Amino acid sequence: MSKQVKQLDRVIIRFAGDSGDGMQLTGDRFTQESAVFGNDLVTLPNFPAEIRAPQGTIPGVSSFQVHFADHDILTAGDAPDVLVAMNPAALKANLGDLPKGASIIVDTHDFTKRNLDKAGYNTNPLETLGEVNDPLAGFAVHAVDLTGMTVEAVKEFGLSRKDAARAKNMFALGLLSWMYGRPTDGTEAFLAKRFAKVPDIRDANLMAFKTGWNYGETTETFAVQYEIKPATMAPGTYRNITGNLALAYGLIAGGVQSGLPILLGSYPITPASDILHELSKHKSFGVTTLQAEDEIAGIGMAIGASFGGALGITTTSGPGIALKGEAIGLAVMTELPLLVVNVQRGGPSTGLPTKTEQSDLLQAMYGRNGEAPVPIVAPQSPGDCFSAAVEAIRIAVTYRTPVMLLSDGYLANGSEPWQIPDVADLPVIDPAFATERNKTVPGKPAKDGTETPDTTEFWPYLRDEETLARPWAIPGTPGLEHRIGGLEKGEGHGNISYDPANHDLMVRTRQAKIDRIADSLPPLVVDDPSGEAKVLVIGWGSTYGPIGAGCRRVRKAGYRVAQVHLRHLNPFPHDLGDILQRYDKVLVPEMNLGQLSLLLRGKYLVDAIGYNHVRGLPLKAAELAEAIGHLVAEAEGIAVDLTPAATTTVDTITEEV
Amino acid sequence: MTATPHISDLPMPDLRTGVELVPTRDEGVTETGKDYTSDQEVRWCPGCGDYAVLKAVQGFLPDLGLRRENIVFISGIGCSSRFPYYLDTYGMHSIHGRAPSIATGLATAREDLSVWVVTGDGDALSIGGNHLIHALRRNVNMTILLFNNRIYGLTKGQYSPTSEAGKVTKSTPMGSVDHPFNPVSLALGAEATFVARTIDSDRKHLTAVLSAAAAHRGTSLVEIYQNCPIFNDGAFDAIKGADTKHDAIIPLVHGEPIRFGLEGSKGLVRDTETGGVKIVPVGTEPGQVGEDALLVHDAHQPDPSTAFAISRLTEMGYLDQTPIGIFRQVARPTYDDQSRAQIGSAQDAAPGEPTDRLAGLINGGDTWTVV
Repeated sequence: MSKQVKQLDRVIIRFAGDSGDGMQLTGDRFTQESAVFGNDLVTLPNFPAEIRAPQGTIPGVSSFQVHFADHDILTAGDAPDVLVAMNPAALKANLGDLPKGASIIVDTHDFTKRNLDKAGYNTNPLETLGEVNDPLAGFAVHAVDLTGMTVEAVKEFGLSRKDAARAKNMFALGLLSWMYGRPTDGTEAFLAKRFAKVPDIRDANLMAFKTGWNYGETTETFAVQYEIKPATMAPGTYRNITGNLALAYGLIAGGVQSGLPILLGSYPITPASDILHELSKHKSFGVTTLQAEDEIAGIGMAIGASFGGALGITTTSGPGIALKGEAIGLAVMTELPLLVVNVQRGGPSTGLPTKTEQSDLLQAMYGRNGEAPVPIVAPQSPGDCFSAAVEAIRIAVTYRTPVMLLSDGYLANGSEPWQIPDVADLPVIDPAFATERNKTVPGKPAKDGTETPDTTEFWPYLRDEETLARPWAIPGTPGLEHRIGGLEKGEGHGNISYDPANHDLMVRTRQAKIDRIADSLPPLVVDDPSGEAKVLVIGWGSTYGPIGAGCRRVRKAGYRVAQVHLRHLNPFPHDLGDILQRYDKVLVPEMNLGQLSLLLRGKYLVDAIGYNHVRGLPLKAAELAEAIGHLVAEAEGIAVDLTPAATTTVDTITEEV
Repeated sequence: MTATPHISDLPMPDLRTGVELVPTRDEGVTETGKDYTSDQEVRWCPGCGDYAVLKAVQGFLPDLGLRRENIVFISGIGCSSRFPYYLDTYGMHSIHGRAPSIATGLATAREDLSVWVVTGDGDALSIGGNHLIHALRRNVNMTILLFNNRIYGLTKGQYSPTSEAGKVTKSTPMGSVDHPFNPVSLALGAEATFVARTIDSDRKHLTAVLSAAAAHRGTSLVEIYQNCPIFNDGAFDAIKGADTKHDAIIPLVHGEPIRFGLEGSKGLVRDTETGGVKIVPVGTEPGQVGEDALLVHDAHQPDPSTAFAISRLTEMGYLDQTPIGIFRQVARPTYDDQSRAQIGSAQDAAPGEPTDRLAGLINGGDTWTVV
């Protein structure tokens, strides 16, 4: 039979099922297929902190959202156009996020009394379709026995019923791959490799995948196939990459570009552990990974390695930073290069381990005793984690300082196509180890009046005039033996000093050194197409996508707004103050209660207006656009209406996000 | 026999020594303790046991024959942790309790360094207890000098995790109800490969133990009884007094029967009732045990049970009985050697310029090209 093919410019699909149903894998494969096909895309994995929460329950639901388009997109999308629900709980947990008109593909197999009870359904919603009080009214529901068809399809491999049913995610993937015209070679190769050691399982998964595809092609349940053309992207080689992988690669690149061996001291913590896992694979780059007994030991090991002339790195999330605070202060005082990676998650305390948040900015800024300034770098997208890591290493090595790299759970697990950089374009980082004594001490006249010759000494706190960085003299260097530590240093010679004036000088000097980093930063890029916007939206970190998408919506509706995004949170770039002064209103969207707002207000006396959500999820572009619209209306004294002309069903979406 | 131990010639059971990968001093160059003395004024209280240990270490380090710039001392916080400032080597005075973790990172990153940790009973056993036990189980190549004065000195006299129960201090005016640690038992329980105990005032014994500790490949823990004349004076009088030390010190010498007391009047035998060891009178009279029946000390015994049993003879109240010497010295692959071996074999398997390999890495996976 011939099927109708409809053109779409973008689609948001959410795969949802039980934690054990393989939804992350399914979503990841669909993403890879879409990436290779050439769509632009952004993903949003969402899973519970429990490894296997009680089966069939709402807390056990795991989902993976992928937004793919024929044009440049910035977010994983506010609301799915298509929900694939593998059980009642997955349906119930995600239904609230769907706009009317969305499609639901639901596996009917698990809609048993027991599973409906677990999900809190009194009646089977699939049996009340079209009736009064139909909870699925307004949606295009495709109820299909995915599990049953999977079990039937893989019968020949003689698997247990349980193992056979586990291939249902591949059946679903096959079906969706047909529906959206995805290439299948990659997934077939992936399955062949992943299950190479268990041929029955491998063949069953391949069969389920193919059968799912064929089912779409032959069944009348699905009458339409959709086409989303490849996006126009800048020339180059691309790959799909998650933030944690890009960050790990960036760390390795920093090691290569500085010629320093890396030593990572790390204690496992969600959502940062994948960086530890990844770096552990790359020993051939001289990367040592030490799984520490606790968070403090992790940074201690990194500091010890840095003292020895390696690049010490520690990776963690917010609770780990709380434990590392004193050691970060030691690195501030001893002025050793050190990279501290915080993949932020919902807090406080244990908070929301698998959900995203940006609430550790002030902790990064001020979370230590004493005046202990630490430079802060924040990536803005998953792929950007690579260059942000290289930049953080540049600062750490050049300025002999601990640097905080602030990623977050959304960047860590989310993915996007990444234009792979040319290694030749990466900065070269010079460790510039000290090799010679740096201080000439004049000889003193002896009692008999004869002069004694000048001598040379090594002064570990004699600074570079430009950067204020101190020399990095590593053990094994003869003649430069010296002692450092957490007690206050005398200026220059670095011996213990309790002198009041010296302490005042050293506190100010350490701050001045961090402030000097701003001299090495490029000017900010202000995105203000009309050049006449009165409202500036400023953000940092992973909110780049939603802020950009929100600004696009506002501009598309005919209004003016400017956007600037901060990669360096400490020190701020030199031109930030001037930029802020140019606009009547400054909006600061953040996934916290206003931490960047507080810093901007404190430093620039600007009336920063917060836009704050802490829901453990990325900001929604449509809601943010409304907030921007209100501010534009206020600033320009005009009425603002962002309502798009078209309705938002799957078939008719044209609006750019 | 007398109670003076001879322990410095303990043969090493390991294949490599602790300092084997550390560059040695140029031939013809001689160094003395003065070369290891920094220009900083020593600021411990008069009479502090730390002075004696410092002198012994400064005097002993030249004997290692290593390049001075390849020796590093890392300390935590406390009186003893000021130690690195007074040695003209590389050094770091770090934060409370964390020195073992810092030394672990340093020793793993640099095989060519002789790494020493200086810590105290509060630093190592209280705030840094976790790092200590994990350093010992990992067996990173370093030597930990644990100065045990059984009191908090720098914070002016609170009880420590080795203070005896009932101790009256500023923070325990009615007497401490805290049960103390026995550092040697703790180290043996943590699977340490080298565990020894010595005394600040016995320079000969101290130096002999330090030599053996430095020669050991892996983490060596040396507990040094050290008197604090200000807040816990006299804590070690029994083991230092001419009249009392024969009965108070149980000397451990590898391969020798364990015998002590005036003219060797006491010795150790296995206690079949408890599975541990017990003290018996030695001699030929009825009720006495002959020397040939005494327990012969075997520091190389892979099973730590007997060493642990001996460590339990330490009096945890006022110290009037304690074994002194090397309790345990066994070979076990070190964490840092194995970690470096993994790096080395991975590097051997991946030849080529790092920048080329980096390009290969980031271009891996499913890629596509837009023209």
